[in-house]
Amino acid sequence: MAPKLPPKAPLEHGNSITGGASAHEGEHHYRSGPLRWLLTTNHKEIGTLYLIFSLSMFMVGGIMALVVRLELFQPGLQMVQPEFFNQMTTMHGLIMIFGAVMPGFVGLANWMVPLQVGAPDMALPRLNNFSFWLLPIAFVLLLSTLLMPGGGPNFGWTSYAPLSTTYAPPSTTFFIFSLHMAGISSILGAINIIATILNLRAPGMRLMDMTLFVWTWLITAFLLIAVMPVLAGVLTMMLLDINFGTSFFNAAGGGDPVLFQHLFWFFGHPEVYIMILPAFGIVSVIVPTFARKPLFGYSSMVYATASIAVLSFTVWAHHMFSVGLPLVAELFFMYATMLIAVPTGVKVFNWIATLFRGSITFETAMLFALAFIVLFSIGGFSGLMLAIAPADFQYHDTYFVVAHFHYVLVPGAVFSIMAAVYYWLPKWTGHYPDERLGRWHFWLSVIGVNLLFFPMHFAGLAGMPRRIPDYALQFADFNMASSIGGFLFGFSQLLFIWVIVKCVRGGVKAPARSWDGATDLEWTVPSPAPLHTFETPPDMRRIES
Amino acid sequence: MTPVQRTVTKTVIALIGMVCFTIALVPLYDVFCQITGLNGKVASQAQPIISEEVDTSRYVTVQFITRTGSGLPWRLEPLDRQVRVHPGQSYKVLFAFTNYGDEARRGRAVPSVSPSEASLHLRKVTCFCFQEQRLEAGEHLRLPVVFQLTTDLPESVHTVTLAYTLYPAANNPTLGERAMPAQGGDA
Ligand code: HEM
Ligand SMILES: [Cu+2]
Repeated sequence: MAPKLPPKAPLEHGNSITGGASAHEGEHHYRSGPLRWLLTTNHKEIGTLYLIFSLSMFMVGGIMALVVRLELFQPGLQMVQPEFFNQMTTMHGLIMIFGAVMPGFVGLANWMVPLQVGAPDMALPRLNNFSFWLLPIAFVLLLSTLLMPGGGPNFGWTSYAPLSTTYAPPSTTFFIFSLHMAGISSILGAINIIATILNLRAPGMRLMDMTLFVWTWLITAFLLIAVMPVLAGVLTMMLLDINFGTSFFNAAGGGDPVLFQHLFWFFGHPEVYIMILPAFGIVSVIVPTFARKPLFGYSSMVYATASIAVLSFTVWAHHMFSVGLPLVAELFFMYATMLIAVPTGVKVFNWIATLFRGSITFETAMLFALAFIVLFSIGGFSGLMLAIAPADFQYHDTYFVVAHFHYVLVPGAVFSIMAAVYYWLPKWTGHYPDERLGRWHFWLSVIGVNLLFFPMHFAGLAGMPRRIPDYALQFADFNMASSIGGFLFGFSQLLFIWVIVKCVRGGVKAPARSWDGATDLEWTVPSPAPLHTFETPPDMRRIES
Repeated sequence: MTPVQRTVTKTVIALIGMVCFTIALVPLYDVFCQITGLNGKVASQAQPIISEEVDTSRYVTVQFITRTGSGLPWRLEPLDRQVRVHPGQSYKVLFAFTNYGDEARRGRAVPSVSPSEASLHLRKVTCFCFQEQRLEAGEHLRLPVVFQLTTDLPESVHTVTLAYTLYPAANNPTLGERAMPAQGGDA
């Protein structure tokens, strides 16, 4: 059982803490204008930059997805050429993963980890600035490949060799370079987060006193350190194969294209957990707040997260069941994958147990968190179906896989980020988000997302292959439904932007503790949180009786 | 060192460790596959025939598949598409190379065996895949493969498929030859 946080003291003396902080503010001279944002080392400002970047990439990647859905609205080729279609699916995947979801989580970590552990800032503020500014450069470069001769990357986000080497467009070198930059940014961000969590916790805060958001981010940061070098390595080998005549993945020269897949998925599977563990953390702080009950099974949540992270290194070949693995390997990876469902199930159980007999209210943040629990579980179940090796021979590379990973990533990871935004907006802006608009945004998103992705299960089970711009007539109805859902979901996000802009501009004033059931440390500083907080760390040493 | 510096140092060491691990994964994969034969690759040098008693009680079907492509205007065809063999006995089969193009080219056939469990039990005494081939324009060439399946081939294997894929050899011959050993050259 987790000791409940924080002890009464900091809450009651909240004023004195922040009184010190705001007095401090006057001492600094702040740059104004763009230079201020370029040079800032403040964790809140950098967090905001990350979040704005993530939201813009979400929109750019979303437009690409709508191009794909527009083409797939009807069978036949209407809107775009197959070559461009391939670039759109590839870029959509890359931008959403590396540009929207990951920076979104890093932005939340920047804002909230120091506030939740009682630290004045991130451990390495200047490095923090550098990790952020690498990202816009990387993604401008990535997007510019679309304008280069031969077009941008068109081989799928998985960039399987030899599609991405021998048969790749000339711009691939730039694609590799931009992913290298995004990878370095993630690694530096991870180092910073680890140092902040391990070294800057308020005196007396033990590891098992931390919120689950901090815990899941700590574990995610370790995953990043472990697998980003693998991605960098595999990209470098591609670079060498393309430009320097090596044959890592070229069978003609003695290499092996299957090696690419092993290396890629050794990175790729932990990567999907990098995109979901912080989401688990967010849901684990929001659900107790609005159920007005402490989180059920705190320590089992921590252990479940850790075991998911460890197990995630042992399942990569479930993406490769059909490349011709020997039987023992098929069985090993099948059972290992199913084993991961156990700690995941523990988490879902704990969330439901937290809700049980809680006095629940349904603010927008809570709505998104509840939808996360239900819809993420659907994605988990389709994952279990895919984990059955003999069945995966049928499902692999069909829309069933597309349905699976979109259920875990969109109403999973993306909904959790939205929940977090609604949850922490009062802390960031000092105003409550507009509940009525928020509810519209939520319901339109939920309906849109299900209309978009649920029919893909059926299309996939019936054999519709992924990444193809045309399809057989019998899939027409499913695809039309998906496309309508896609546009509904896409356009509802304009509401999200509206809510955020409106909340920044004004609204109902939020007190320091903006939510009734909120108990974590960030709610002890005023809303909006002043630029500098916890310059004197809150004392978390409990008085042992 | 401050505690932050200590944590960062440790993290960076872990990071460097992972970089080294990634680099090591490539040779490790090659060695792993050589020992287990899991990727269907077979020895790239001639292996002596093991003289063992022929297991006449058992028949195994060996199929030959060929593929060309990658811009080489050649055709490679097995003259026997399928043979039934006894483990332990050695057999000779012929393959026909034809260059349909109007210039001399160099190419190389890369073999692969499936199921991969069989790859360590297929021994080749002679094979055109041990070196590059050069064919003049319009040239037709027949080359043999002499092979043996060892008697310890797992009982469950009834059919072995040997597939050859033709690739153009690099135009600069020295470059082409250097690229191979750099990769362990176990094709
Ligand atoms: C119970 C948990 C899960 C299981 C058992 C599972 C299982 C699988 C399997 C077997 C595949 C390969 C399907 C194929 O290509 O034939 C797959 C694909 C995928 N999964 Fe999951 N998964 C789970 C959770 C997740 C989570 C939490 C995420 C991300 C947040 C995720 C993201 C993905 C992605 C992105 C792919 C497709 C990659 C691609 O080919 O482009 N999965 N999953
Ligand atoms: Cu996976």
